[in-house]
Amino acid sequence: MNTDFDYTSLAAIADAAQKAGEPISALVLRQQSRQLERDERSLYDQMAQNYTVMAECIGPGCDPDLRSASGLTGGSAAKMRAVSESGRSLTGSLLSGALYRALAVSELNAAMGRIVAAPTAGSCGILPAAVLTMQAEKGLSEEACVRSLFTASAVGMVIAGNACLAGAQGGCQAECGSAAAMAAAAIVELAGGTPKMAEHAVAIALKNILGLICDPVAGLVEIPCIKRNASGVAGAFVAAELALAGIESAIPADEVILAMKKVGDTMPAALRETAEGGLATTPTGRRLHDQVFGPGSAASGCSGCGGCKA
Amino acid sequence: MNVFDILGPVMIGPSSSHTAGAARLGRVALALLGEPAQKARILFHGSFAKTYKGHGTDKAVIAGIMGMTTDDSRIRNAPEIAAQHGLEVVIETGDIDGAHPNTARIALTGASGRTVTMQGSSIGGGNILVTQVNGLDVSLTGQYVTMIVRHRDTAGVIAAVTEVLSSAGVNICNFRLSRQYRGGEAVMTIELEGSFGPDLNDRIQALPNIYSSTMLLPI
Repeated sequence: MNTDFDYTSLAAIADAAQKAGEPISALVLRQQSRQLERDERSLYDQMAQNYTVMAECIGPGCDPDLRSASGLTGGSAAKMRAVSESGRSLTGSLLSGALYRALAVSELNAAMGRIVAAPTAGSCGILPAAVLTMQAEKGLSEEACVRSLFTASAVGMVIAGNACLAGAQGGCQAECGSAAAMAAAAIVELAGGTPKMAEHAVAIALKNILGLICDPVAGLVEIPCIKRNASGVAGAFVAAELALAGIESAIPADEVILAMKKVGDTMPAALRETAEGGLATTPTGRRLHDQVFGPGSAASGCSGCGGCKA
Repeated sequence: MNVFDILGPVMIGPSSSHTAGAARLGRVALALLGEPAQKARILFHGSFAKTYKGHGTDKAVIAGIMGMTTDDSRIRNAPEIAAQHGLEVVIETGDIDGAHPNTARIALTGASGRTVTMQGSSIGGGNILVTQVNGLDVSLTGQYVTMIVRHRDTAGVIAAVTEVLSSAGVNICNFRLSRQYRGGEAVMTIELEGSFGPDLNDRIQALPNIYSSTMLLPI
């Protein structure tokens, strides 16, 4: 059937999928095949390569000796994995498994490892952690997992079109928030939820992280980014669990996305990746900055990309 | 926009502007040199100067100068690999007046003694803008096939070059001209779309008043 749609409204995509009786990923794959004039198989294969790179992050990311280029971070994923695999974790193997995977991918990124921007490098741990954990815990096929990444991407496209994905523009809500929303939709689909449930999960995930600032210590993608990836995947599971129980978001996902945009627009530049506020300017944040770059080496860790002024 | 703009690129962390973009700047310098580099002098300006150690920007530029792509896992070990291959690297920091905060100036010397100096900026999301080659103003993004044509500033040269391109059915998507002084050396930077081979470069090289023409593939 002809299910042509654009990526301006998540509700429209979910409604189309609901009506077609298909998962969102099936519609997205078909639409992208038309848009990019490539057959579905080649798009699937390219996405499968992304999934392979994601999976390959976990082993090296869990190396207890892994350290970032700055020396500030590394080794958390190893600790979390040890607890998760010992069976002694507080919250069970699903959540603890998701946490160590998110830490692993994020710490590997900080240590100059090979990652997939999902949607950004700063938020690259959330979606892989969600999908890889679903595969490990629920015994899902790799194909189902790869397909769920198309659903996640569709959510990302709607957010990119109506708001933004960059911390310099919208704060951490735009990076880790978008990644959590994308992951929540993927989890719902992998758990057998309906497209409308996925839409509600997106709304809930994004609502719960709304307003989160981007305040990287020393301007590096490490503190607090790595732990926010762990928090982001936990938020994705919370949102998915609620939505799968039939709980609906009072505010529709499309409106939450627009709210996120407006919150980002009113966020001061100091709280949008410039390292001029929040945790970056705490006494410890400043000390860590000086530890990496030398005392008085820079007024801030601002990467100077100008995104905050966009 | 498509799904792979959201999920992707595959890259070496931690930062698309400070790592991936930096590697691409290094690769452009290598392409401009046209042969493996033996010496590299890298000057970092602005945020690059302040934060290159934490982001591994130096490693990424060195990796690019050795031809590595932005998803090459060897980037983190690039300085050691450079030393093994006899590439001598000097890293400096300084101020370049009016430059974008993420700017590097790269001077390379090849085995034949050939040298090139290039200045470029990492402008976000892994995108770059090269603004100077051998002291002349250019404008290239590395996203397209790009011709850098050094020529004498005299009437009819631009028309002759664009005539070659148009007769080959090549579309120009960006054009920039700069010159030192009237009648001196001038440089055209031309970004192209369409399908064509390296013979296009030879045909431009053969035109009168052309000092050199270099064709860069997308990087």
